[in-house]
Amino acid sequence: MEAFGLLLHGFAVLLTWKTLVLMMVGLVLGIFVGVLPGLGGPNGVAILLPLTFTMDPTSAIVMLSCIYWGALFGGAITSILFNIPGEAWSVATTFDGYPMAQQGRAAEALTAAFTSSFIGSLVAVLLITFLAPMISSFALKFGPPEFFAVYLLTFCSFVGLGREPKHKTVISMSLGLLLAGVGMDTVSGQLRMTFGSAELLRGINFLVAVIGLFGISEILLTMEERLALRGHAASISLRVVLSVWKDLPKYWVTLLRSSFIGCWLGITPGGAIAASFMGYNLAKRFARDPESFGKGRIEGVFAPETAAHASGTSALLPMLALGIPGSGTAAILLGGLMVWGLNPGPLLFVEHKDFVWGLIASMYLGNVVGLVLVLTTVPIFASILRVPFAAVAPMIVVSCAIGAYAIQNAMFDIWLMLGFGVVGYVFKKIGIPLAPFTLALVLGSRAEDAFRLSMIGSGGDLKVLWSNGLVGSITTLAIALLFWPVIDGLLARVGWTQRARPVPR
Amino acid sequence: MSQTDLEIVVDDPTAPEDDSPAVVSSGTIEIIVCLLLFALAVMLGYDNWRTGASWDSTGPEPGYFPFYLSVILGGGSLYGLVAALITHREAAQTFVTRAQARRVMAVFVPTLLFCLVTQFLGLYVASFLLIAGFMRLVGKIALWKSLLTAFLFTAIMFVTFDVAFDVIMPKGPLEAAFGY
Repeated sequence: MEAFGLLLHGFAVLLTWKTLVLMMVGLVLGIFVGVLPGLGGPNGVAILLPLTFTMDPTSAIVMLSCIYWGALFGGAITSILFNIPGEAWSVATTFDGYPMAQQGRAAEALTAAFTSSFIGSLVAVLLITFLAPMISSFALKFGPPEFFAVYLLTFCSFVGLGREPKHKTVISMSLGLLLAGVGMDTVSGQLRMTFGSAELLRGINFLVAVIGLFGISEILLTMEERLALRGHAASISLRVVLSVWKDLPKYWVTLLRSSFIGCWLGITPGGAIAASFMGYNLAKRFARDPESFGKGRIEGVFAPETAAHASGTSALLPMLALGIPGSGTAAILLGGLMVWGLNPGPLLFVEHKDFVWGLIASMYLGNVVGLVLVLTTVPIFASILRVPFAAVAPMIVVSCAIGAYAIQNAMFDIWLMLGFGVVGYVFKKIGIPLAPFTLALVLGSRAEDAFRLSMIGSGGDLKVLWSNGLVGSITTLAIALLFWPVIDGLLARVGWTQRARPVPR
Repeated sequence: MSQTDLEIVVDDPTAPEDDSPAVVSSGTIEIIVCLLLFALAVMLGYDNWRTGASWDSTGPEPGYFPFYLSVILGGGSLYGLVAALITHREAAQTFVTRAQARRVMAVFVPTLLFCLVTQFLGLYVASFLLIAGFMRLVGKIALWKSLLTAFLFTAIMFVTFDVAFDVIMPKGPLEAAFGY
């Protein structure tokens, strides 16, 4: 099998001392980021990105993806021990995880969470290993119209399937696409939307915006809340780990179901949160005694964690194969690829085999190492929360500023970061989603190029988007998704589909 | 439920009170944001129209794509404005309470000052001042702890970025005195 051989090659790339050390550093930093209040996966990766600028792309992506795995693991620690979900997708983990901790079964819950994260990611990585090369070789045949149709599909699915009010998603997305166009136009070389400012010539850097939107605004939001916390300290003994693992086969249906949900939703944008709730709810619905959920049932930890991680990992699939990120963090990793001079998209599998397979291999290895690391070091990381936020907050601010400055060595970017921090704070408070903005900002210029190239090719005829079966079906699907709420409503009226019950929080 | 094994307890003495009066409602902010976004859309739309938002012999002009996006943005924000105006009359959701606003300002103002100081004295000096000042004044942490933490963190950042990874940060007169 070709994928298998290439994967082995990837492992060979990885197994050097330097990469392994970077991997450990990445995981530790990631768990740190996941545990600390006011920091999460996307901002952690964005802030630490500058560290990797001088590395070669393979080491850089290995370290960054390990930060990501670490953050995913770290989120579970605070959910279970402190009832504070580090990320939106760990909310469902608190339902049964925290009660378990209260009953003195914290170690069991943590082991379950870490193990199921591991399983979820593993399933998703397997999917990536075998599916990504196929999709990318298929996508090599894509021309500009196909690519534009795929971008359109991504944007439309955000609007059509998102939970937020539609106009807010549209605002966030069009703003992102607009800001992506600031600066020099790549096709004609003309200046756009710079208003004579020399600083805006460079354009608005995606990573600067992300650091502000997620890092700075998160600090502001965190300060609004009561930061007092009381939690359980737990250390995990080998005995507990083994007993949880021994019971694991009993829950194979739950694990498999959640992995499947996660992989499916992960590929569509913004899926991890939905996946974790769906995983939890389905486990509850299919259980023989649904009322025991929420009172400290181990399946209530398995189900959402597996789904969230499967989805977080499979979000990297469209990024690798098509250059379209499936989640905020994937979008930042994509931004990283561009900084290192790699062009995301299907050509990556052809031109940078070392890089791609190194990354995929690092997903396997990072998860195994991460699992061992978190299982052994939970008490240390849990005690990080003792550090007062008054000490943590300014350090995060400084890290954000370093990150923002380092990208283009521009003082202006630090101010831009501050501005985006305020924007992010206000947007979050009035419910304008940030994920579509991030995605639009990173994809904006590529989407525009694809659009213009296809228009130039067709002489300005929009029919080019329906010129063959492939591009036609993608475009049609995109438009169907855009109007999905309307279509769904009509179908429901006819009685074709059943309304799903709203997810209880 | 047993509370006996509570081992990690962190208190937050300056937490915002729950009964603090609201400064402004979400609806009002939504209206302001929609107005600002609409103004931005008009401004960008005008700029793109000036650049050229139609078709020429080579295809779409540079302003074409962003022009229509600003139309979409303008439409979205107008819709948001109307929606906010309608719901505004009914329920007033709190955007921020006075106590919360005080806490947010306690972070925002130092961050703003930090950016200013960075501009003139370099990032590392600003970082030291921010961490030490914030810990001491906002966190009420002992002076020596604040100074030590600030110094250590700044030093670690300096060694990591400027020395080990060659990521050069803005510097000021102090670093110049040490020959960096």
